[in-house]
Amino acid sequence: MRVTTTELFRAEGLGKTYPGVRANDDVSFSVRPGEIHALLGENGAGKSTLVKMIYGLVRPDAGRMRLGGAAHAPADPRAARAAGVGMVFQHFSLFDALSVAENVALGMDAPPPRRQLPPRIAEVSAAYGLPLDPARRIAGLSAGERQRVEIVRCLLGEPRLLIMDEPTSVLTPQEAEILFATLRKLAARGTAVLYISHKLDEIRTHCDRATILRQGRVVGTVSPGEHTARALAAMMVGAEMRPVDRSGRQAGDAVLVVRGLTSAPGHAGTALRDVGFAVRAGEILGIGGVAGNGQEELIAALSGETAGRPGTVLLSGADLSALGPEPRRRAGLLAAPEDRLGHAAVPEMSLTDNALLTGATRQRLAPRGVIDHAAARAFARRIIAAFDVRTPGPGTPAASLSGGNLQKFVIGREILQDPRALVVNQPTWGVDAGAAAAIRQALLDLARRGAAVVVISQDLDELLELSDRFAALNAGRLSAPVPTEGLTIERIGLMLGGAHGMEVAHVAA
Amino acid sequence: MILDVTTLLLLISAATPILFAALGEVIVERAGVLNLGVEGLMIVGALAGFAAAHATGSTALGFAVAAVAGAGLAMIFAVLTQMLLTNQVATGLALTLFGLGLTAMFGKPYEGIKAPPVPAGPLGVNAMIWLGLALVPLIWLGLNRTRAGLILRGVGENHDAAHALGYKVRAVRIAAIAAGGALAGMGGAYISIAIVLQWTEGMTAGAGWIALAIVVFAGWNPWGALAGAWLFGGVTVLQLRLQAAGVAVPVQLLSMAPYLATILVLVLISARQTYARGGGGTAPGSLGRPFHALR
Amino acid sequence: MLRLEPRPAAPAWLELATPVMAVIATMIAGGVLFALMGFDPVAAVRTIFWDPLFGPAASYSRPQLLVKAGPLILIACGLAVGFRAGIWNIGAEGQYIVGGLCGAAVALAAYPAEGAWIFPAMVLAGAAGGWAWGMIPAMLRNWFGASEILVSLMLVYVAQRLAAWMAFGPMRNPEGFGMPGSRNLQQYPSAANPELVAGTGAHWGVVAAALAVVATWFLMSRHIRGFHIRAAGLAPRAARFAGVSPAALVAFCLGLSGALAGMAGLFEVAGPGGQIIDSFGSGYGFTAIIVAFLGRLHPLGILLAGLLLALTYIGGELAQLTLQLPAATVQVFQGMLLFFLLAFDTLTRFRIRSARAMA
Repeated sequence: MRVTTTELFRAEGLGKTYPGVRANDDVSFSVRPGEIHALLGENGAGKSTLVKMIYGLVRPDAGRMRLGGAAHAPADPRAARAAGVGMVFQHFSLFDALSVAENVALGMDAPPPRRQLPPRIAEVSAAYGLPLDPARRIAGLSAGERQRVEIVRCLLGEPRLLIMDEPTSVLTPQEAEILFATLRKLAARGTAVLYISHKLDEIRTHCDRATILRQGRVVGTVSPGEHTARALAAMMVGAEMRPVDRSGRQAGDAVLVVRGLTSAPGHAGTALRDVGFAVRAGEILGIGGVAGNGQEELIAALSGETAGRPGTVLLSGADLSALGPEPRRRAGLLAAPEDRLGHAAVPEMSLTDNALLTGATRQRLAPRGVIDHAAARAFARRIIAAFDVRTPGPGTPAASLSGGNLQKFVIGREILQDPRALVVNQPTWGVDAGAAAAIRQALLDLARRGAAVVVISQDLDELLELSDRFAALNAGRLSAPVPTEGLTIERIGLMLGGAHGMEVAHVAA
Repeated sequence: MILDVTTLLLLISAATPILFAALGEVIVERAGVLNLGVEGLMIVGALAGFAAAHATGSTALGFAVAAVAGAGLAMIFAVLTQMLLTNQVATGLALTLFGLGLTAMFGKPYEGIKAPPVPAGPLGVNAMIWLGLALVPLIWLGLNRTRAGLILRGVGENHDAAHALGYKVRAVRIAAIAAGGALAGMGGAYISIAIVLQWTEGMTAGAGWIALAIVVFAGWNPWGALAGAWLFGGVTVLQLRLQAAGVAVPVQLLSMAPYLATILVLVLISARQTYARGGGGTAPGSLGRPFHALR
Repeated sequence: MLRLEPRPAAPAWLELATPVMAVIATMIAGGVLFALMGFDPVAAVRTIFWDPLFGPAASYSRPQLLVKAGPLILIACGLAVGFRAGIWNIGAEGQYIVGGLCGAAVALAAYPAEGAWIFPAMVLAGAAGGWAWGMIPAMLRNWFGASEILVSLMLVYVAQRLAAWMAFGPMRNPEGFGMPGSRNLQQYPSAANPELVAGTGAHWGVVAAALAVVATWFLMSRHIRGFHIRAAGLAPRAARFAGVSPAALVAFCLGLSGALAGMAGLFEVAGPGGQIIDSFGSGYGFTAIIVAFLGRLHPLGILLAGLLLALTYIGGELAQLTLQLPAATVQVFQGMLLFFLLAFDTLTRFRIRSARAMA
């Protein structure tokens, strides 16, 4: 048995199989005390499954783990926490209707009495520069504040190993910097941080070592600072990425014009406040922003799911504001929302039915209301062929496609309808690199053919790669669009609102 | 004449079955489960409690048996919705239809028999009324001031998060369903043993459905359930008083009052919750959603 | 230990097999129940499921099959459309009663006039009455967000009391010697809904049920509106994205199911029932919920399920006569059937795997 002081955690030959997927295969790596160790990989590479095994949420089928010299085989998260493992989830494991203090108490196995918890929270949040009000309800907190609650909840358990699952995906670049300062402090006190991400730059600057996963297997463990982002990406994807082709586009007249768009907040969302922009034919407008700043509301207002006041949404001069999704499609304004399963597509329905879902009008799939199933199937086949969707056939339910394939289908369905303006939200979220590249290229090609394209995304690299102009959505307000050419991440971070409400923390830190 | 002590007691007594059932459903729904089978649980409790009280002569034993019967029947719902992940709306409906049928089948021999008298408790008010009143603060404290209550609310608010933190979502929910079933059973037994004083087929007459509406009215809060139950009791007593006073409105129309009042209350409260979101009293986040975890 | 693994689509044979399995399981469980109660289980199950069609008195009971199945199928077709969209009208019983009252009101107002217009007018009034009663929960949900489940159910109790009031008050037969209940419409030729072909039990309600099966099949399988209804039930946000207005859908589904239930009530009061009495509602509206589920919310399935549940009604009456089984046996059977159906349905949505022995 090897027990060394330089090792806190070790995984040996871990494996986990789900029906039809080998999520992890013979995964071995180790983490040292006081290091920030990145777990790097594409979506679907098996990062989440791996950390869920460490946290006791998923049981491995093969291999073993050691923590601090002892065998680590947690039956449930409680056991993992008792062994000194803490985890901050990507989709927060918080309870909206409960207070901060109650949320913290639920994350502790032996919480102090009700009255003593708030001072403890205050103590920890002061020590790490994470300001929090224990009495507030989660429902009213921003994404950054919610993450602080998760972190404080973990820290109260005094973990030896802290797992963070894509923590910066909900933060502005400035907020991310503050988070890393906190993690540095923790590491200095000997806590090991296992940091999951696919953002190469932040891993290169902030992580001591990185273990790279591809298709469930370990590719290698490296010092990320010694490699270029390009080299890391190649290890992650297994191939050199081909840059997208932006050539051949000419901006024409303004096609989609939005003026003074204001809306009520959606479910747990943000109201739009006086949003305005114009997109010309052949142009791509990128809209960036941290999740929950009005993206859902914006695409709903453009797709027609929520109607607007007269004069707020115009397509080539025609006022579409009062119309629902179907008449807007007829006019040529199409949209593809973020959530593939349940919003852009019906998971239980076949690809043919999903082609019918938005294609009925423009493709004449239901003349006088009577569905032409053969035509719908042919349209689905065309999408599958044109966008290289890997599926047994158009009769396959949408839910059984991989994220990348379904996303290609959903985007392809709108593009093949030849829109005059297309609005997409998070077009490559949770999609493997190959599919993401194909989708981005398809959006560029659509613009080249003269359509106006709006890409809403939280992936700044994607926006810089695709868009001609960039605007930031922050608390329901849209900044004035600026040309993407020459724009820095720093500048974009400030446009996104800098460090929301973290000024106090800055002073304390 | 409008509000003397007798009328008040009548009101509180009329409210008691609904109060028990509504408190039970508050627990169930706070755990994130929508059990529409309350009517079925109540009618089974009404018959089981009546039969046990009749057989033993002890009303206390009757209520205890009703609680066991209610919890037992609720376990069918628990197994179907929590283990087999069936649709909660359909399963709750099935529970009601099954309970109504079962009691109609086994209740025949008990028709026309008088219930043993419920012993008067302190201040001449029977123990069940006191128990119902005591349960209101107890359940409130249990939900809001104990760790078990916090876990139950967590499970109901966001079952994925509760699962991620290592709580046994299914176990918590099954326990809540059982508790809700026991309370609904006792509420049903109160109708047969303490109000109507005999068993008749279908005697709960929608009380379970009214209790469901009152949970919405209550904003999922035990104190609100008490207010809702008393409101219902008030309407019932008023309607009976008007009948007795010989008001020139047909009996059949007067007896619509509790149902119309329920609809009215439901409309008012739903409207308030629709337009004032984010405040207190909104439904638990995971209410009615099935939970399934891959391990 | 067993565990469930979700599957995206069930094989077609399983979709068909689960209702059959549920029926068989109900027969077995029912047999056990009868044995416990001291009845001969085989005889009881045979009396309920076999004798009405092929037993000694079958020539008498067979026509009853269509009489009972007609309203069940008519109501269930409407309910299934709503259930597909996730809109839970469980107050069909109330819409049935109000439809019957409205249809009867037209006939009683016209009495003793004769004319070919009277019966069609009654059908329209019945449908309109059921539609209006169904629109109450629809509008309260659309305007105020009130649960259509609770409101439609409360309205059943209101409708029952309305029927009782009508039977004792405004609709009481003036020549009825003070007895509660309206004139008997079967004795009023222009308003009667007679047996169309002797010995079959088929009346206009059965014709309407057959039309409803075809029409809802066309709606759900061939028309874009039915497609939108299915999408809304499976993924409400996706349906809204496709252009479906949730409020319009609620009004359509509750209105349609209300109108069909109202028509069923009218056909009953003008035909087999004959008159408005205080206990006019006979539980068809609730049994139709089971019919809808047993038929897997598919019109053809509903046709078969309606016939099967009609069989249990008749068989239950037969068993009451010949074996002295309690009258409520049928209700217990129906409840059990729904339980088993829901349980077996799990098979279509999940694969059952035995979990590895856990360390």
